[in-house]
Amino acid sequence: MEKIIMAKTGNESMAEAMRQINPDVVAAYPITPATEVVQIFSSFVADGLVDTELVLAESEHSALSACVGAAAAGGRVMTSTASQGLALMHEVLFIAAGLRLPIVICEVNRSLSGPINIHCDHSDTMASRDSGWIQIYSENSQEAYDNTIQAMKIAEKAFLPAIVSVDAFIISHSMERLEVLPDNEVQKFIGEHKKPYDLLDVDNPITLGGLDLQDFFFEHKRGEIEAMKEAKPIIIEVGKEYGEKFGTTYGFFEEYMMEDADFAIIALGSTAGTTKVVVDSLRKKGMKVGLFKIRVFRPFPFEEIKKALEHIKVIAVLDRVDGMSSFGSPVFHEIRSCLYESETKPVITNYIYGLGGRDIFPKEIEGVYKELEEIAEKGKVKNLINYLGVRE
Amino acid sequence: MASLKQLSAEKDLFASGHRACAGCAASIILRQVALVAGKNTVFVGATGCMEVVSTIFPYTSWKVPFLHNAFENSAATGSGIEATYRSLKKRGKITKKINVISFGGDGGTYDIGFQSLSGAMERRHDMLYLCYNNEAYMNTGIQRSSATPFGAHTTTSPAGTVIPGKQQFPKDLTEAIAAHDIPYVAQAAPHNWADFTKKVEKALTIEGPAFINILSPCPLGWVYPPHLSIKISKLAAETCFWPIYEVENGIHKINFKPKEKKPLLEWIKSQGRFRHLLSEKNKHIVEEAQKEVNRKWDRLLKMAEAKI
Ligand SMILES: Cc1ncc(C[n+]2csc(CCOP(=O)(O)OP(=O)(O)O)c2C)c(N)n1
Ligand code: SF4
Ligand SMILES: [Mg+2]
Repeated sequence: MEKIIMAKTGNESMAEAMRQINPDVVAAYPITPATEVVQIFSSFVADGLVDTELVLAESEHSALSACVGAAAAGGRVMTSTASQGLALMHEVLFIAAGLRLPIVICEVNRSLSGPINIHCDHSDTMASRDSGWIQIYSENSQEAYDNTIQAMKIAEKAFLPAIVSVDAFIISHSMERLEVLPDNEVQKFIGEHKKPYDLLDVDNPITLGGLDLQDFFFEHKRGEIEAMKEAKPIIIEVGKEYGEKFGTTYGFFEEYMMEDADFAIIALGSTAGTTKVVVDSLRKKGMKVGLFKIRVFRPFPFEEIKKALEHIKVIAVLDRVDGMSSFGSPVFHEIRSCLYESETKPVITNYIYGLGGRDIFPKEIEGVYKELEEIAEKGKVKNLINYLGVRE
Repeated sequence: MASLKQLSAEKDLFASGHRACAGCAASIILRQVALVAGKNTVFVGATGCMEVVSTIFPYTSWKVPFLHNAFENSAATGSGIEATYRSLKKRGKITKKINVISFGGDGGTYDIGFQSLSGAMERRHDMLYLCYNNEAYMNTGIQRSSATPFGAHTTTSPAGTVIPGKQQFPKDLTEAIAAHDIPYVAQAAPHNWADFTKKVEKALTIEGPAFINILSPCPLGWVYPPHLSIKISKLAAETCFWPIYEVENGIHKINFKPKEKKPLLEWIKSQGRFRHLLSEKNKHIVEEAQKEVNRKWDRLLKMAEAKI
């Protein structure tokens, strides 16, 4: 099969995947830095490259509400947003998940106000991490593209909504090499749209979203939690199939030089790319360092992560979001909770970095690895929670 | 148009056994809408009394497809259903004509859902939005809304010793939606079923968005005996407190003109929520309310006369 090589930004890559998916309905509202996704898709519609019904809603709340209606009516549905937009969708995120609607959001990770800022951090998606949506983080444009296509298939197999995200500007606006699959291969891969139910099937009327009180609510939620668990093998299966067909296999996480590593950094998104460069240079100097990149944050692959990290001596979790006086930040919480169960109990520290788009430099990452080495040597941790690259 | 007799022979699509209060007009309204719209209709209901009383799991009153999403988004949700319908039609996957009806209470329509409604109307979705206006947030215990009448007692605009009920006149939502220049906008009331069902039929026949605002007497919130809902509805029209009219392609038409406008005081006297207005010291409030009714009615007459 012939892949087409293009130069595309993260936004363009996600829009390209959306074009190839050609959903029944896209309902969206523009917001920096995801605006381009909506703009590019609008021109696809205007130029007849897709035959999607485009609903240009008057807010993100309405955009996702329309997505819920569209998906409940049996449509294949996508949208795109960032930051404040995702926050405005917050109420409806839980409803979409509770209704088990396979909607996909192409998200750009931008910090939440206030103060207002348009640049990258993960406060937006992390604030909705427990809403019942599958969360897939992308390191670069290629992953954003691949993840968008896979997310559509995963969502429709699991009957759960999914968010695919990229880092604001760092990825959303950087031109990178992109391998694009032929349109028909994408269509073949995602297959016929699978719907959990169909409101337009008027001969078999159903009532959805009814009042669910003390006698049933908990069981319904329990079912939703189970569906999230069942999504795990689906994600693996789809990632494997993608690899078999198109060359790159995807899993819950990527292990970079982890096999014999003593010290590991855990990161999501574009920082993983920067860290790989640092790992390469430190390895040359003989340091046993590795990177553990989390791709799927929800459903959280608890067992798998525990197994993958047990052999590491000291771990630093880089969080691009702050827990605001909880003890550390979300990714740190999850990793620490995982490894509490392990016999080896690696030391785990947390580095909060890059809020509001503050750059993170290889030198800083190198510094983190050095601190991990120091912890191992001295057997003592100075600070479990650290801030990286901020003027104190 | 089907007669009442014909309609009554139809199978109900909004079943009895729901949990609405005795005498609730809103449940009568939904039953009639469902009868007129027929089985090829998808309903979306906003959070509020009607959603709550009709869908308590594992029961439902709906014999047609029904979706509840949230409080403020039934218009947006309906617009999404309509978008899928259009998309599937375009792609040849559906051939039937299917109606989409979104509804909400006055809270879900005048207040928190105003933006969602405005957006859906502006985008010209082929759908009907129905507001059952019981003039307060009944589901949460009778709080004021922007549809609550001047002077009315609610739990958040109580008739206190210093402030005698709600201090503002209601928002004129019907005109606000008419200002969206959509093909069809109407006001109705449940005592006049023939007028109402005709309006629903019209709204579903025309292409594009339609909006109907129907007054919905509520014995609990308005404080009157449950058997009087229809009488009170009639009084609202006869006093011109709630004009029965429509705006078709921008032209106002009054559907009911009382031979002699009844004094507003009759309407006020019929409901406990206005009881405090009957005292001597609150007489000026009744006068002010009457003046406002006159002003709005005269304005409507002029518009209808001028065919604008
Ligand atoms: C975002 C949000 N805010 C508040 C509520 C609480 N709430 C539920 S129903 C309701 C009032 C409904 O009033 P209305 O729309 O007039 O319908 P009614 O109950 O009178 O029929 C309120 C305030 C909610 N469910 N969601
Ligand atoms: S409170 Fe009013 S609107 Fe609500 S069910 Fe009772 S009568 Fe109907
Ligand atoms: Mg109300």
